[in-house]
Amino acid sequence: MESLNIFIKSIFIDNMVFAFFFGMCSYIAVSKSVKTAVGLGAAVTFVMLTTVPLNYLLYQYVLKAGALSWAGLADTDLSFLTFIVFIATIAAFVQLVEMVVEKFSPALYGQLGIFLPLIAVNCAILGGSLFMQQKVDGGELSSCWHSIVYGLGSGLGWWLAIVMMAAIRERITYSHIPAALKGPGITFIITGLMGIAFMIFSGIQF
Amino acid sequence: MGNNEKEPMFSAKNMKYLTGPFSANNPVIVQILGICSALAVTVQLKPAIVMALSVAVVTGFANLVMSLLRKGVPSRIRIIVQLVVIAALVILVDQVLKAFVYDVSKQLSVYVGLIITNCIVMGRVEAFGLGNKPWPSFLDGLGNGLGYGLILVIVAFFRELFGSGSLLGLHIIPESWYAADGGFYSNNGLMLFPPMALIIVGCIIWVHRSWKKDLQEK
Repeated sequence: MESLNIFIKSIFIDNMVFAFFFGMCSYIAVSKSVKTAVGLGAAVTFVMLTTVPLNYLLYQYVLKAGALSWAGLADTDLSFLTFIVFIATIAAFVQLVEMVVEKFSPALYGQLGIFLPLIAVNCAILGGSLFMQQKVDGGELSSCWHSIVYGLGSGLGWWLAIVMMAAIRERITYSHIPAALKGPGITFIITGLMGIAFMIFSGIQF
Repeated sequence: MGNNEKEPMFSAKNMKYLTGPFSANNPVIVQILGICSALAVTVQLKPAIVMALSVAVVTGFANLVMSLLRKGVPSRIRIIVQLVVIAALVILVDQVLKAFVYDVSKQLSVYVGLIITNCIVMGRVEAFGLGNKPWPSFLDGLGNGLGYGLILVIVAFFRELFGSGSLLGLHIIPESWYAADGGFYSNNGLMLFPPMALIIVGCIIWVHRSWKKDLQEK
């Protein structure tokens, strides 16, 4: 039950885009067609699903205050290194994924192209890991399994948001929008309205 | 650096690097960069100002450092070098904030860490710092950080004024106006929710592009 709550919460209530504005840059730049949006969303979800648990293990067993007690260093607190370790994990992992995809599926590699390296600097990914750290400190996530569920949910939430946005943007090309609002302006306002709609999910619990 | 000694430090060209990003080349509303980590800190003015200054410092120095290193770093591994430089700067900023303005640093929570992946920092390093001399790079980074901060402050101004009737924590709207005291006014609670930040940015873009017609999309 608890995992289900974390899952629902990370997709709908704490949606990366609508509640925290994470990954907005690629969200706005790549949401012009549904096809590319689906591809990028899948890549982001996959990277989040893997980096959040990886960073959870690193935080739990290396970085947290007292985490090194298994090595006999109970007084060490390395939590100031969190940022650099998390981003290094993410960058290294994205590089790895890039190499694997290039080796085994050149077709997919060509399709994703520039998006793959860009994922490393997608704030949704680092944001997921940093929120995971906050939730571990706050006692909300208490096992590796929870962190997997949280990573998957956050990624799916981002995926959902970008696909929805891309679908709407494909439609609004046919409507009359004031010239000054075309492009990013209207995208921001639509995202805001979608965010208001997503607020109805707050408080859902099982 | 040779050329720089003949050119005055604050020549018109250099000042343009600093002031260009305020309006015509604003990172948020024209280049659409760096929205990611920031709008959530605009519920009140104070955290927005602290965030703006932190980002300006990080962009400025990241550009400076990468510009100094630009000849020594092979382009294949430059992304990871940039991330390390930026992450180190952000750790410094984070520790300074924790030491001097602890309550604001608690309010900013994960968003300080997210300066690392703020697209402005990386974007300016890629687009400017790697190809220019250190001093103009520093000005360009600083200018972009401040241009970003400008938008944050405008958004935070409206959200705090209409959402809680105060600015920088001081009450602006007279108490007697409020409906509870028999007045006609009440705060707009919607302003405190995240979606309103996006709508305000949308409106800023609208106003800005009505004024600068050459930025409009065809």
